[in-house]
Amino acid sequence: MEAFFSYGFFQRALLAGLFVAVACAILGLFLILRRDAMIGHGLAHVTFGGVALGLFLNVLPLAAALAVAILASLAILKLREKAGLHGDTAIGIFSSVGLALGIALASLAGRFNADLLSYLFGDILAIDALEVWLSIALAMVVVVVILANYRSLMYLTFDQEAAKASGVKTARLDLLLAVLTSVTVVLGMKVVGILLVTALLVIPAGAGLLLATSFKRALVFSCLVAFLSVFLGLLAAFYLDLPASATVVLTSFILFVVFYLLRRKRIS
Amino acid sequence: MNEERELIRVEGVSFQFDSIPVLEEVRFSIAQGDFVAILGPNGSGKTTLVKLILGLYRPTKGRVLLMGKPVEEFHDWSKIGYVPQKATHIDPFYPASVKEVVGMALFSGRLPGLAGKGERDKAVDLALDRVGMIAFRSRPIGRLSGGQQQRVFIARAIVNSPELLFLDEPTAGVDAATQALFYEMLHQLNKEQRITIVLVTHDIGIVNRHVTKVACLSQRLVFHGTHADFCQSEAFKTMLASGHLVSHVH
Repeated sequence: MEAFFSYGFFQRALLAGLFVAVACAILGLFLILRRDAMIGHGLAHVTFGGVALGLFLNVLPLAAALAVAILASLAILKLREKAGLHGDTAIGIFSSVGLALGIALASLAGRFNADLLSYLFGDILAIDALEVWLSIALAMVVVVVILANYRSLMYLTFDQEAAKASGVKTARLDLLLAVLTSVTVVLGMKVVGILLVTALLVIPAGAGLLLATSFKRALVFSCLVAFLSVFLGLLAAFYLDLPASATVVLTSFILFVVFYLLRRKRIS
Repeated sequence: MNEERELIRVEGVSFQFDSIPVLEEVRFSIAQGDFVAILGPNGSGKTTLVKLILGLYRPTKGRVLLMGKPVEEFHDWSKIGYVPQKATHIDPFYPASVKEVVGMALFSGRLPGLAGKGERDKAVDLALDRVGMIAFRSRPIGRLSGGQQQRVFIARAIVNSPELLFLDEPTAGVDAATQALFYEMLHQLNKEQRITIVLVTHDIGIVNRHVTKVACLSQRLVFHGTHADFCQSEAFKTMLASGHLVSHVH
């Protein structure tokens, strides 16, 4: 264990990973309860297009990905509202277009496939000090904004119509959730990669929901699973010499199964 | 009652959904202290009218005044309580306790756990006590019966001590004995707390017992007046004969 903590790159990965995973878990809880968990998956695909655009234009890929993801999330909201599309149709459209854009740009440039792969699969052990502080700062912004709007978000999630009739600015909160999801997806991309970022949004929150009898407990359980997933996942990556993105996600799944078995035991 | 302050004024409101007329030229008012039933068959526009009054829909024509202000300029939503239709269709594993559901209506920009928690808890307990659900405050909402959930939603609607309470088909799927207790509770809220109640229903059995006024809809407003006058009206006879209204004895 001491060896694990003695490496600077593991310390940085642990610090950034914990903050990002907890932000993902808190946001994921609201997304799941709104039956909107797949927006994270869709935006992750869009983010691939954003990273490719950044590499193509030679600007910071993280910034390009963030801008593209925010624009796409706003477009998804508008399309849902104005075109009256069913379910996840708008997400399906934008995720495909984002991915297609990334593939097209990668092919046009024909020189950054290796860089793109690191974003697809994540590379948290390669995170530098600046990225650590950026990740922590953005994750804290996400958490503070959610907590500041906690009661309104809970009301919106539980009963949108009653919330609106009580004066909750539901359209503004929809927008806020979309932007926060974009930020979180881009942060999660550094931890587990574009292909697995949905796991950070869905699995810890899904596990937390299995045992929770109140919203507060769901939040605590989700954060606990997120925390343990990153901590134990990085330990496993270190001692088993496996990619950290894979071990973090697999650890979260094991915890999900444990929570599921605990729930079954409680019900029986 | 006529001297009471006017809380709702609906002025020549029409509403279309995808070019299909739902409501036409509806015009009436509701005064403070009234217990009003909005009656009508399925598809008569009852729920739509309530949503227009609450500003959830915009009228195609006409306007709604809420406490003297056009609804689009109204901001004092803590004075309004609303229990939507089918509010009790909840996932049994939904992670919200009774006190969290009631406390949702006390939303604010404050961080949870900081200032105001004591006041919030007190308001939640008072609202739960009023509807006889204080003993259930820590239970998950999804594990309560339909009647108990409905009481919790009333508690959420009155937690801000509103002047005006809207309920849309609140006892759908609830057994007759629980319905009777439920309407008795509404009667008390109306009489003792002076809360003006607007109730959407197609059950005239309820109307007989508790309401003071009736607004009867069939795309247009076919009757608006006291309960006694409604029972003598052509609208009442027509609706009863056509089987559009039901009458459960409570």
